[in-house]
Amino acid sequence: MDEMSTQAYGQPLAIEARNVRRVFKVKPTKSQPAKETIALDGVDLQVRSGELFGLLGPNGAGKTTLIKILVTLLYPTSGQALVDGFDVVTQAQAVRERIAMVSGGETSGFGLLTVREQLWMFSQFYGVSSTVAAQRADELLKVVGLWDERDRKVHTLSTGMRQRMNLCRGLMSDPKILFLDEPTLGLDVGVARDIRAYIRQWISEKPGRTILLTTHYMQEADELCDRVAIIDQGRILICDTPAAIKRQSRQATYFQIITEPLNGTEVTLCGLPGVVSCQSRLVDMGTELRITLADDGAIAHVVGSITGQGKRILALQKVEPTLEDVFVETVGRRFGDDTQPAA
Amino acid sequence: MTHNLLLNLRAVIGRAYPRIVGQNRAPTWVFYDILLPLLAVTAFVFVYRALNAPPEFTGFVIIGGSMLAFWGNVLWGMGAELFWEKNDGTLELIMMVPCSRMAILVGMAAGGMFAASLRALVTIIVGVVLFNVRFDLSRLPMLLAVFVLTMIALYGLGMLFASLYLLWGREAWHINNLLMEPVNLTSGMYFPVRAFGQMLGLIFSLIPLTPGLDAMRQLLFPAQPMGLIPVRYEIAILAVLGMVFAVAASRALRYMENLAKTEGRLTVRWQ
Repeated sequence: MDEMSTQAYGQPLAIEARNVRRVFKVKPTKSQPAKETIALDGVDLQVRSGELFGLLGPNGAGKTTLIKILVTLLYPTSGQALVDGFDVVTQAQAVRERIAMVSGGETSGFGLLTVREQLWMFSQFYGVSSTVAAQRADELLKVVGLWDERDRKVHTLSTGMRQRMNLCRGLMSDPKILFLDEPTLGLDVGVARDIRAYIRQWISEKPGRTILLTTHYMQEADELCDRVAIIDQGRILICDTPAAIKRQSRQATYFQIITEPLNGTEVTLCGLPGVVSCQSRLVDMGTELRITLADDGAIAHVVGSITGQGKRILALQKVEPTLEDVFVETVGRRFGDDTQPAA
Repeated sequence: MTHNLLLNLRAVIGRAYPRIVGQNRAPTWVFYDILLPLLAVTAFVFVYRALNAPPEFTGFVIIGGSMLAFWGNVLWGMGAELFWEKNDGTLELIMMVPCSRMAILVGMAAGGMFAASLRALVTIIVGVVLFNVRFDLSRLPMLLAVFVLTMIALYGLGMLFASLYLLWGREAWHINNLLMEPVNLTSGMYFPVRAFGQMLGLIFSLIPLTPGLDAMRQLLFPAQPMGLIPVRYEIAILAVLGMVFAVAASRALRYMENLAKTEGRLTVRWQ
């Protein structure tokens, strides 16, 4: 075990990444020369034991690449990654005994097996005795609301049921560290809420359990995580508690405005004095704007510009900054805009 | 060490389970994997009868047809299985577990053996009942030893193939396709491999099926001296092949896994 990875804030570290780089080389083809993609560019990360840690970032930020390195599916190009003090490259076996991973949209497994059989099968790969596996499967299925489906074949399950089963599958080995890679991806609101509730319950049941959760749902990270790191283009930009991250944004103020349809003229708002950024989207009533201002007084310019276009303001309120606001401030674009900067 | 042994044994049982259960729950394989291949066996029997070949040749075909079941299981039930698991997303989960990779593959093999054995048995029953094949079982212990050694060597070869799928995807699938018929030919699946001549026959003995089939035929049909080399030499060849393939498979699995993780191809789908 690596001695240096025991201390951070006086608590042992469950996960540690030290200047991890991962470069993917794409082989040349007839139409394209060889190229390199830097998926992770010197990532330093420390997750304490017992923490529910969120890794937030847009698609292609490097979240899944980092998780794959930590769960021993991928080697870092350089740097070192430790899980529970064990090196993921040289001590992979020790790492595997302590971890499990559940991914969103996972379709793994064997469709002809029943839910209970599926859970039992995966538990065998971790050496769990059949008696313990049966007991654990029953408990987990009851908790996630799949008890009535326990004898249904996996291929007949809905997406939400399948994801709940996957979560149970990840917990069958009672891992010390659980990696959740976008666990609520594609799920409806109710199922996602249930899964988040169970995640909170699971980590609080036993001291020392740690979760690393990746998501691009800001609200999920805000709701669940003790600390959050925002990653973009392979680099960690910010790492702190959600409240502290949002406080960093207090240098700006945020307003939410609903107006009559602006039909694209909202782009002019970004050039107004004191306006840091402006995002817009169409809603039933018209156009919803989320405006970041350098100071409260700049709102007068915004209101004046909108009314000057002959449009009515239907609602206006000052709002608390969200993690997405901080992300936009830091990165310059919304989570959904992989190539477009904020207007 | 006991902990590791128990872990890997549980993994073998766990991985074999879906194969066995799946076959019972989707029984169409009985038609495709047992009844249809019997047609090929039957065709060769009629060819030999039309050529007035000695009756033992019918037995040769029956033994070859029954061993084909295991060769098919090695290629498609073990080697290519990792390709499907990669596409299904299960490979990621399997590569993350603490049990050994060999245990997973042995589990796959054990699960597939059930169907393969059933197919082999049906082929032999058809041979006995329909085509009146008579086997000499006076050297049954040696026959079983040859069979077991052939299986060990064959499945060791299968594990070696499986390691290719960790790195490649469709390329390994094409290799499987390429191997099927040439191995059928060079192992003397439906004829005595002695027909190739001593030198070629010995070269082809690097494929476990070749010495295995030849030895089994010599033991089951001693009246027809069509063997390539004496059975005791073929047993020795099989024992060596078994050890070589098992060691090579273990190293290849480790090497391919490391290479795949370095290049980032372990979990790339639709490759």
